[in-house]
This record gives sequence, structure tokens and C-alpha cells, in this order.
Amino acid sequence: MRQFRTKFVVPAVAAGIMAFAGCGGPATAAPAPADQAMPGMSMPPVAAAPMATNAVSIMNFAFSPATVTMKAGTTVTWTNHDQDAHTVSAMSGAFHSATLNTGQSYSYTFTTPGRFDYLCTIHPFMLGTVVVTP
Amino acid sequence: MSELENGPEGMNRRQLLRHTAWFGAAVALTVTAGEVISHIGGTPAAAALAQDPHALRFVQLSDSHLGFTGSANTDVTGSFNRAINQVNALGFRPDFVMHTGDLTHLSTQAQFDQVGQMLRGLRTGQVFTVPGEHDSVDDHGQKYRAMFGAGTHGDGWYSFDIKGVHVIGLVNTLALEKLGHLGTDQLEFVRKDVAGLSSDTPIVVFSHIPLFAMYPAWGWGTDDAVQALSYLRRFSSVTCLNGHVHQLFTKTEGNVTFHSATTTAYPLPHPGQGPGPIPLTLPAGQLGAALGIRDVTYQPGQHTLAIRDQRLA
Repeated sequence: MRQFRTKFVVPAVAAGIMAFAGCGGPATAAPAPADQAMPGMSMPPVAAAPMATNAVSIMNFAFSPATVTMKAGTTVTWTNHDQDAHTVSAMSGAFHSATLNTGQSYSYTFTTPGRFDYLCTIHPFMLGTVVVTP
Repeated sequence: MSELENGPEGMNRRQLLRHTAWFGAAVALTVTAGEVISHIGGTPAAAALAQDPHALRFVQLSDSHLGFTGSANTDVTGSFNRAINQVNALGFRPDFVMHTGDLTHLSTQAQFDQVGQMLRGLRTGQVFTVPGEHDSVDDHGQKYRAMFGAGTHGDGWYSFDIKGVHVIGLVNTLALEKLGHLGTDQLEFVRKDVAGLSSDTPIVVFSHIPLFAMYPAWGWGTDDAVQALSYLRRFSSVTCLNGHVHQLFTKTEGNVTFHSATTTAYPLPHPGQGPGPIPLTLPAGQLGAALGIRDVTYQPGQHTLAIRDQRLA
């Protein structure tokens, strides 16, 4: 996150800042242990892993939870509960939803371990992270 | 923002007759030797400006969000139509009309076609636009530039001179940043664009996202605006007009005055009020008071700039 050099006084608003508490800070998830056994080494992880689904809610211009940690092969589903439209767009370009209107969902299956930061391209102050462990 | 919240007592009789319900009195900024003095509309200065046939007059519309269907405004097309009719009924033909972005809500071709057709109904010399982030959803502004990008540079920025005023239209909605972003190419454009101008040339800069830090937590600022403004520091009069925040706000920093415009679609909360910039659904009958149009008059001889915000009629 870049710093503003321009001074501008706004009232302290804890509620408004809460949604962005995760932005810019270190990932809350610990790095995956390297010695974890990989089931089904001969098969792609996506086929071997049980299909766990993580739900991320888009509400009040925030991704909730802001950080999701799960194993490779897991599908994450984002659902927009806001009146405004949002997108789910990886900063690396790895995944990118279409525009999600109210009630619409987007799912993506994470097959590669790593940290994926994403945002809403329409409201780029909305930040989220998916941490994929092996 | 106290001057924007003043009642109608400051306006002259003609204005009062024409506009029965004002939500912002006219603000005239007299710039003399770098000093900015604000007047409320109806002062002799503002009245004289309205009568001068040589003055530059333009209109700013913003944030029409054609395609929005939420409860905050179930008829954004109707509201934009009223705004256009209000411009056409101003009593003078503006030299140009600038729409400062979020013309569409979701950047669909149908929404661009619709807004393009509606803008053609404006009685004015020329229509200019700058894109909002809602005008570049999913395509980095391609459809926007196909319709509005003729004659522009880079991702759609440009400048022109009119009646002694230098006008710059910036694009700060395309980069994947938390805040608005101009980028090195555009900053270089600004630097070169103003390099040959004399310092008493009045500068008017349009952008969608504010060029000042109105509320960074909601993305209401531009991370590299300070660089752009540094190129404008030597000018005696710089006025930055933006949209994006769907509410009136005025701020002065040195030689630069920033004016956020309201919207023709739906209001947003004041900075920090609530969890995010969530469209506000007002009680029945109150929406029109939150929407509006802006007209600006500049008279070169007097170095004055008058900005008037009117609620949607």
C-alpha cells in the first residue's frame, strides 16, 4: 500500500478501517510445512484431493473472510451480496471473475500452492488473499 | 464544506427564480496573486460573470452509472435525462460539457451505446469525458476508448485550450492499485503538456478519482497525483474537478482548488461513515436533492472562476 504524502484530516472511524485491516500487512496464515505428505503423488492434486469448498462473502465492500487458507485442490466460491457489482481478480492475473452482480457467484479451484492476493477491479481498495498449502 | 451547505440566501433574484431548490450556493473563487478568496454566489463578481458574453462557460456532469439497478436509484436513466434537460435549460449554451466518468455501471456495449446517444442530446459546443473505473470493467477501457477516445493519447488522456484556459483530461482509473493511479506515461504527458505555458494560464484538470486524498481507505485519492500537481505548482490558478465520490466537497491546497462533484445516479456516504462506499438508499422524495449538475464560468480578464452546483431539478 502506498502512503499519501498529502495531509488530510478525517474523523477517526474504526468501523471504516476494520475492513482493510489485512491490507498491506503480512499474511495471517503461517507458511505451509514443507514436510507435509503429498497424497497421490502420481496424480494431479486437483483430482486426488477431496473437493473442499471455501465460501467467501462479498459484503459491504469487503471480502469476508479477507484471508482464506486451504489445501491445493480446494475450490473457493465468492458470492456478491452487495447492491453494487464487484469482481474477484488476482493481482498476478492467475484468475479473474466476470463482473458479479448482486447474488452472483464465482468459483476457482486452486491447484498450485502459494499466496494469491486479489482485489475487486471496480473498487481496488477491496483486497483479499488466498493462501494455498501443498 | 461550509460554503456548499449554505442556504439560498446568497443568490440573486434571477437565479432564485430559475432554481427553486438549491443544495449548494454558487462559489466564486477570485484568484489574485495566488491568494484565493471565496465568495458566495450573488456577489457582484458572480453576477457580472453570468452576464459576460466572452466568458468561458462549461458544465460538469458525473457518475451517471447507466445500468445500475439497485434500490438507491431504480431509474438512473431517468435521472440522467433530467440532468441533460437541466443543462439544456441553463439559459446559455455551455462551451463544452465534461462528464467525469462512471458513465456506465458495468461497461457493457449496450450501456455505452445508451450513454453515447443520451450525451448527443446535450446542447453544447462539445462533449468531453474522462473514464471512471466502472467504464473499464474487464477490458481496460477498450470499449470506452472506442466510443470516447478519438484524438486522445495513451489510455485516453488529452488536453486542449479554450478561451484562454488550458484544460487537461486525465485517466486515473485503469491501474490495479488501491488508489487512483496516473502512471509514468501520463505524468510525463502532463509535464510536457504544460511546459510551454505561461504561469498565468488558468489550468483546469478533470479526473474521475480525486487528485487529493479525500478518503484513501475507500480509494478516494490518487497515489501519484502529487507528482502531477508538482508540474502545476507554478501556475497561479489550478482547478481540479473530479467525480467518483458522489458528493460535493471542496478543498484548497496552495494554488490548487479541488472540487468533487455530485452524481446524477445515487449518493454515497460521507467519508468513513459506514463500512464502505455503499450506495445510499434515501427516503422517498429525497433522492433528487442528493443529485445534481455543476456549471463553471471563467472570465479571463478578471481571473475569476465561478463554480455553481445545483441539485437535480
